[in-house]
Amino acid sequence: MGWPATVRSRPAWSSRPLDDRVGRYPLSARPEDPGEPLINVQDVQYAIGSHTVFSGLNVRVAAGRITAIMGPSGTGKTTLLRLIMGQVLPQAGRITVFGEDIAALARPELYALRQRVGLLFQTGALLTGMSVFENVAFPVREHAKLPESVLRDLVLMKLQAVGLRGAADLMPAELSGGMSRRVALARAIVMDPEVLLYDEPFVGLDPISKGVILRLIQSLNRTLHITSVLVSHDVPEISAIADYTYLMSGGKVVAEGSPAQLKSDTSGVVQQFISGAPDGPVAFHYPAPDYFTQLLER
Amino acid sequence: MRTAARFSLSLGIVKLGAVTRFLLRVLGQTLPSLRDPRLTVEQIYNAGARSLVIIMLCGLFVGMVLGLQAYDLLARFGSESALGVAAALGLLRELGPVLTALLFAGRAGTALASEIGLMGATDQLTAMEMMAVDPVRYVVAPRFIGGFIAMPLLTAIFDCVGIYGTQLIGVAMMRIPAGTFWSQTVNAVALRDINEGFIKSIVFGVACSLVAVYEGYNSEPTAEGVGLATTRTVVTSAVLILFLDYILTAMFL
Repeated sequence: MGWPATVRSRPAWSSRPLDDRVGRYPLSARPEDPGEPLINVQDVQYAIGSHTVFSGLNVRVAAGRITAIMGPSGTGKTTLLRLIMGQVLPQAGRITVFGEDIAALARPELYALRQRVGLLFQTGALLTGMSVFENVAFPVREHAKLPESVLRDLVLMKLQAVGLRGAADLMPAELSGGMSRRVALARAIVMDPEVLLYDEPFVGLDPISKGVILRLIQSLNRTLHITSVLVSHDVPEISAIADYTYLMSGGKVVAEGSPAQLKSDTSGVVQQFISGAPDGPVAFHYPAPDYFTQLLER
Repeated sequence: MRTAARFSLSLGIVKLGAVTRFLLRVLGQTLPSLRDPRLTVEQIYNAGARSLVIIMLCGLFVGMVLGLQAYDLLARFGSESALGVAAALGLLRELGPVLTALLFAGRAGTALASEIGLMGATDQLTAMEMMAVDPVRYVVAPRFIGGFIAMPLLTAIFDCVGIYGTQLIGVAMMRIPAGTFWSQTVNAVALRDINEGFIKSIVFGVACSLVAVYEGYNSEPTAEGVGLATTRTVVTSAVLILFLDYILTAMFL
């Protein structure tokens, strides 16, 4: 049995006002509609130069669930995470996190919100000048004044959770790809976030590391009730853990539902993606002039 | 031709505006970053202490070359005893701050730009942003402050070693009496001369550190981008140092 929503544990050193610590949403920004998702991406349009990344994108992330966002490479999955974190702003549409409009937040408010959201980078993005221990301790040192002994215990607990307590003194350069990802995960959960965003957590990992990360995502979601958003194109892994899946292509969502629903979807894009067919609605070739004409050109 | 010149001018103005905005952002984060003085002290060590060998070595050789050239010139007028004065004034007012700044740009400036650029290319700056830590406060401001604190200290060391190098040539090689050398030097050098060099070194320190952190922070997140940012740091700093030196010298004279 998990914590009731109203007394869900928050770090005791949280700098947010008391009334903000008792629920999933700050009281000032509690959504009017109780059914409103934790993250709501509504009709978002985003372009980089002349290249349209999203045109009318809609994604809703429900609290306490694992939501997966899948799609072929280059569909803007990572860009979506950057939009959710307020690193870039959409040209049109609205993104709300905890009921707050990301585009309307000033920097201090955005930073306050980011303390409640953890992001696992594809590369780990560990700070190379610090040891594993210091990397995990970094957010706590910056946002809380904890006695060194308490901080030490907290960091060791998080490292224990990802199986790397013994690597606390290593430097990031001494870690393998999978270990870096796990240290980054320990750092992402050290502030006890309410939401965790994973950017391609399985890329480049061996089957054992993949299994470890998979198990960690699941256990964090179940034991800590962390809402998880996974951006990935690994169909078997996503099918194993996701509660709800969005499939993106061409700048918008082309299919959504549970992994089982997506598997039984008969549309061409979905079937091509799930079966891994090289050609289909999602073309293998980047748009180009006719092959033979181009070869014969002088 | 005129269109190209106008385009370059407008690009220059845009860049100047961007650098000014960046400087204001860095200055705004200066006090918050000083709440953790460890960060700044570490950067003073990186930019200052780690540049000591190159600064002292160059200071010694510049002082010795100055000693040889000035002795040759002064000997033509029978004024060899003024060697200490010529070297001290030249080093304190001009050569010390300018050469230290150029060496600083080459050693510490490039290190700053490439370090920050690589942090950007490996998502470390973005990771800080996502952890609600402003990279300008944590990474940029301490390096900026460290740079401009280190510069006057390095200049003072360069000056001292340089004058010692001249003394080696004048007193040990050319047999100018040590008493004459030092008494003339002490009598001729005024506080105004030291101030001139000190102010120049502070201005160069701000300019070099700003250029380095700006180029590093705004570099393209690629290997080529970081390389270009490092090159731009050296070139821009060198031109800026000589330009500012002209302006400051004209103001002091």
